[in-house]
Amino acid sequence: MKQPVTFVKNAAGRLVPRSVNGARQMPFATVRGISPSGTTAGTPIRSSRDYPSDGNKVVKSLKDALRRSGIRDGMTISTHHHLRNGDTLTASLFRVVKELGVKGIRWFPSASFPCHEELIPYLESGVIHHIEGSMNGALGRFASGGNMSGVGVLRSHGTRYQSVQDGEVHIDIAVIAAPSADAFGNANGVWGNSACGPLGFALADSEYADRVIVVTDNLVPFPCVPWAIQGNNVDTVVVVPSLGDASKIVSGTTVVTKSPDRQLIADHVAHFAETAGIMKPGFSFQAGAGGTSLAFVLKLKERMKSKGVKARFVRGGSTKVLVDLLDEGLTDYILDGQAFDQTGVRSMRDDPRHIATSPFTSYNYHGKGNFASIVDLVVLGATEVDCNFNANVVTHSDGLLLHGIGGWQDCLFAKCTILAIPSFRDRIPVIVDRVTTLCGPGSLIDAVVTERGIAVNPLREDLVKAVRRSRLPLRSMEEIQREVLAICGGRPAKPVVDPKHPIAVVKWVDGTLLDTVYRVETR
Amino acid sequence: MEETARSDCTVTCSFKERGGLIVDIQSKVGSLYGNAIKDQVEEGCRALGVTDAVIHIVDQGALPFVLAARLEAAVKRGRPKISAEFLPGKQPARQTRGVKDRPRRSRLYLPGNEPKFMANAGLHRPDMVILDLEDSVAPSEKDKARFLVRNALRSVDFFDAERCVRINQGALGVEDLAMVVPQFPDVILVPKCEDADTVRSIADAIQKVEHEHHLSGETLILPIIESALGVVNAYAIASSSHRVCALAIGLEDYTADIGVERTEEGRESFYARMSVMTNAKAVGVQALDSVWSDVEDLDGLRRSTLEAKALGFDGKGCIHPRQIAVVHDAFKPTTAEVEKASQIVAAAEAARKSGLGVVSLGSKMIDAPVILRAHRILRMATFGVREEDPN
Repeated sequence: MKQPVTFVKNAAGRLVPRSVNGARQMPFATVRGISPSGTTAGTPIRSSRDYPSDGNKVVKSLKDALRRSGIRDGMTISTHHHLRNGDTLTASLFRVVKELGVKGIRWFPSASFPCHEELIPYLESGVIHHIEGSMNGALGRFASGGNMSGVGVLRSHGTRYQSVQDGEVHIDIAVIAAPSADAFGNANGVWGNSACGPLGFALADSEYADRVIVVTDNLVPFPCVPWAIQGNNVDTVVVVPSLGDASKIVSGTTVVTKSPDRQLIADHVAHFAETAGIMKPGFSFQAGAGGTSLAFVLKLKERMKSKGVKARFVRGGSTKVLVDLLDEGLTDYILDGQAFDQTGVRSMRDDPRHIATSPFTSYNYHGKGNFASIVDLVVLGATEVDCNFNANVVTHSDGLLLHGIGGWQDCLFAKCTILAIPSFRDRIPVIVDRVTTLCGPGSLIDAVVTERGIAVNPLREDLVKAVRRSRLPLRSMEEIQREVLAICGGRPAKPVVDPKHPIAVVKWVDGTLLDTVYRVETR
Repeated sequence: MEETARSDCTVTCSFKERGGLIVDIQSKVGSLYGNAIKDQVEEGCRALGVTDAVIHIVDQGALPFVLAARLEAAVKRGRPKISAEFLPGKQPARQTRGVKDRPRRSRLYLPGNEPKFMANAGLHRPDMVILDLEDSVAPSEKDKARFLVRNALRSVDFFDAERCVRINQGALGVEDLAMVVPQFPDVILVPKCEDADTVRSIADAIQKVEHEHHLSGETLILPIIESALGVVNAYAIASSSHRVCALAIGLEDYTADIGVERTEEGRESFYARMSVMTNAKAVGVQALDSVWSDVEDLDGLRRSTLEAKALGFDGKGCIHPRQIAVVHDAFKPTTAEVEKASQIVAAAEAARKSGLGVVSLGSKMIDAPVILRAHRILRMATFGVREEDPN
């Protein structure tokens, strides 16, 4: 029998477990985080005498590399999501882990994709004990049903780096997919059939894991440049015929939403950015690769051109839409964490103004600052938001865990954070009384832009003042919510969850526990 | 099994002799609105007098007004003689009915059997929304579309847009009127209109429904001319009823009728457009140009709208919300136009004050129609002014 879970109420009013998978936890205290103490994690000291002096670290197979890494039950193995939905390496990895008879692995991916549905049998058979990383789609559904042996831990990209750096997660073996690598282990993501762009998500792993395996389908003679991953951190190199399905690693073309409502939201956001005075010479912004975000960039671009405004930098993930800004001289730089299409990959490879970044530079909260708070405007999505601007990005209103956090929490520290969201999806209101899972405290969210109007957070008196006399459709959250509830036919029922059975926890950027995701009663 | 579209639901109803009501719901929003859906179905069955039946619902997040329409259609397919209705909640009425002279720059067509685009259509701020029962609805779905359009007229807030319905031709159209006119549409669109008698018979049918339901205000009529015969009869059509607020031209059908391809340049339809426009103006009603059917080509739409405006048209048809802003922008008067109009109005005002019969601006004499047009430009300028010249 499992021990009953004990909970404590954190400063956000959410119940969180006192311990998770046997590790003691700190409840969320403040938005700006706790004051950390101690020193960062270290790795065992290694010596060149134990590595081939000719620099050739190639071993014959992944199985061989895992054996040499000393794989055993209960270890933590990390992978990364830069191959996105085209990744076939992770499935091969766990096939080998199973063949080696190893069980109870903590899988520590930087994110998961629908293709990772293939890993469910390993979760069922106990090869994987639990996942610490995003659980999307099928994996999330699996976890929501209470089927995972351990409790999932959801972290933002920045918090993943923080947890490794602070020693909260010790990675035994990092398996890094490298679209291009040399025999010494230098690797990058901009050349080869599986080219994906930057490899920043694997940076922490390469620096802090006990053993680092680089797996490539494109071995090049030394030196592999640029070295996004330094071979000096790498134990072994494995060559495989293919890392994945190139057509799903990056898309050939980038599709901007045709949905009239999303176009309208994008238009409102761009209008807001200009009216609030954010769009000014030398400004910076970040928008994701979702349909609404791309539409927003295009609408903002029209306004930038018509006002003759140029940005100093824009943040990726990059797409053709951002690369066009660079090519047309509307921004000096792209600072990029991942490339979503072929144009993005090509630009990062060939254009020195298109710079690869990592969660360390962009997001790590336990560093000497990070880039996120320097950005003037960030446009994000959400699954739910309440009238105090608290938002959810991981669960749906029915309680199911379906998305990861990505860089979402980290981005909230921008100078102006906007959620660009529809006010309801199909029949489900997006503006709710209380978010199912708290992922972002409302004090960091400055405006919510919906197709039915724009609500500015009253805490941002400066923004309220800046747009007050404009033609923007300004409304209160309560007003939009009332309208939406009338359309949807009243308040939805509360999801039926088991409050004694956490299936995952949500970390805040400082490593404290912000909220809990519960098992959903399936009917 | 037919596929259920997003924001829609499929309802089937099999009547039984006994056994009460059995409601089976498969809904993508089941855990959130499953009970609400069940309550609404039971309420609907009570309203329609259905006591013993098995009702299956496959729901992809339909809003309540959609669910109500789908339920009523399913019930009445099985029992066409049921005369009771299941009407969803009503929006407060807006005081726009019966205003013949109001801006109709954009009219947005919405397929009458596709609920997905209805709830948010008004947010895109078209001057008119048109719930279409005609060409966009398959013959086998006419009944379902009618319930949906009726419910949309009751439940959906289209904000300041004129609420219009395009009815079917012939007897089907008269049946449409019986269903939709009691829900206070502002305008009824009469498709493929070829003669004055058609308009008169529709005006009579509307009058009958208005009378039966003691409706206040007046439902207007917008004939759409889509054939050579219609063009020839344009004057008679425009003057057939005081309810006619405008004439529209539909070029897809017109070009098919005269047996030519529709081109972007539009030389083949120039006479028809000018004829419809001139006859409308002769009667003193508005003239509305055809739709621009390439949704991606916004530059083409802009050129076409500027041309329509220059030819004397007051509006343009839209088949996608993104076309609306382009059309509105093209219809904005330019700064130069507004400046000139202000001078004319000021001169007319000065002449009136000093009791002069003749208005002049500089060395030019200004006629009454020019003054009217100037007023019109200033009124349009309240929607915004375009800085550059059309060219």
